[in-house]
Amino acid sequence: MIWNSFSDFISMHGYGPYVWGSFGLTLALLVIEVIQLRLQRKKLIAMSDLT
Amino acid sequence: MDIKSTLSKPPSSSWNWFLFAAPSRFYFLAKKIIPLCWALAFVLGAIGLIMGLLYAPTDAQQGDAYRIIFIHVPAAWMSMLLYVAMAFWGAMGLIFNARLAYRLSNSIAITGALMTFIALWTGALWGKPTWGTWWVWDARLTSELILLFLYIAYLSLYSAIEDQRKASKAASLLAIIGVVNVPIIYFSVKWWNTLHQGASITVTKTSMQSTMLMAMLIMTFAFWAYAFAVILSRVNQKTLDEESHTDWALTELKRLKATI
Amino acid sequence: MQKISTLEILLAVFKRDISLALRRQSDTLGAVFFFALVVSLFPLAIGPETKLLQQIAPGIIWVSALLAVMLSLSRLFNDDYQDGVLEQLALSICPLALIAVAKILAHWTYTGLILLCISPVLALQFNLSGIAIEVLLITLFIGTLILSFIGSIGAALTVGLKSSGALISLLVLPLLIPVLILGTLAVDAATANLPYSVYLYILLALAVLASFFAPLACAAALRIALD
Repeated sequence: MIWNSFSDFISMHGYGPYVWGSFGLTLALLVIEVIQLRLQRKKLIAMSDLT
Repeated sequence: MDIKSTLSKPPSSSWNWFLFAAPSRFYFLAKKIIPLCWALAFVLGAIGLIMGLLYAPTDAQQGDAYRIIFIHVPAAWMSMLLYVAMAFWGAMGLIFNARLAYRLSNSIAITGALMTFIALWTGALWGKPTWGTWWVWDARLTSELILLFLYIAYLSLYSAIEDQRKASKAASLLAIIGVVNVPIIYFSVKWWNTLHQGASITVTKTSMQSTMLMAMLIMTFAFWAYAFAVILSRVNQKTLDEESHTDWALTELKRLKATI
Repeated sequence: MQKISTLEILLAVFKRDISLALRRQSDTLGAVFFFALVVSLFPLAIGPETKLLQQIAPGIIWVSALLAVMLSLSRLFNDDYQDGVLEQLALSICPLALIAVAKILAHWTYTGLILLCISPVLALQFNLSGIAIEVLLITLFIGTLILSFIGSIGAALTVGLKSSGALISLLVLPLLIPVLILGTLAVDAATANLPYSVYLYILLALAVLASFFAPLACAAALRIALD
């Protein structure tokens, strides 16, 4: 492990906002994609009841 | 020959290239693969992130900002790979008139667009601390931007045409035209970039340290596994939706409802 | 019954499209005025400094030409689709791809060619040098031809859709980026007294490719819509 302390890790020696911004955005988008897939699945199953 | 009996027989089970073109068979095969893909995605992602965030050394020139490449590069590679796959399955759909091929092609589109967007956004976040500007008109980023426009064009065309069959065919044709044009676009953008010397900032290719390279490759595979999982799930959903008049789909839907 | 040759059919299609365009003068002229107007907007937005305008003039004229041609594309196949003529054309002995070529050439005649005629005047507004205007004209000549060919693919894919103007631009403009880049690079090179013929040759090559493949793509797209 190359980090000396946890706060070093979080701040990424000053580049924190950029690095965590990137990782965070990506995670958020992927989660949204999965949620959207789940919602559509629920809708599909609900709709099949009506037929 | 009794028509009813031929229709109620299951599709022929001897192996041929079109074995899994039958929606029902593909559905159950995909259903088995999807959890494996998710598992791979999580495991590889975890390994890649631990390696990249905790063990890869700090870069001499870019500091720790370079760690964004562990997302930027895999996302960019996926965006290009997925576009080619989308065009390929569109072509398969057009050649063999196979609904499932169209469905697969269409399911890839939105994940591909998302990957492109991630690549662009992380590219900007990488550019700001390293080159000082939020956006740089270098050949690769600009080509990535054009790729995003190609994805959006595909999605717009598909949603604009009402008849689903026609929409699939038209969008597939567009995807094929796009994929053929991508090399031309890439080279002209590269040329444009090198000849307008003033504005360009060339990204010098430094040889990567082995831990960084490993982490990046592992993350690429993680993204690949994720893409497989999400896209196959989407295909299965569309299959259930569009085949909902068939017996097997109704049975499956009932089973799914019971498990909620 | 007299046998009609393929060439006669193509000439008839070409003439028909031209005469229809002549009847819709307001649309044809509209594209031209749009071109001139957009070109004039840029100096208004950027400032009258001569040197700067000289530098950006090729880009402005090229982009404006692109947009003006995009405007006129939605009508390329739509009118014929609406009144059933397209279906008849698809059934003729003449291959649909060749009919597409005839229509595309007609389209170029009543859009690209006319834009080409007024572009020297607009180029003078930006104080471009003589050689630059010359090269601009050549690049626009080949370029607008490619525009009509590749643009027709967008028109064919969206035939029958209402308000397809923006969608056509979205589909087609990414494919036209190489043409834009090459056209403007050529003019820039000419202005800087550097060799520019290589760009023209590549543009010519793209034109040949487009004129071969675009009609085939058009025919495929039209058949998808007509089925």
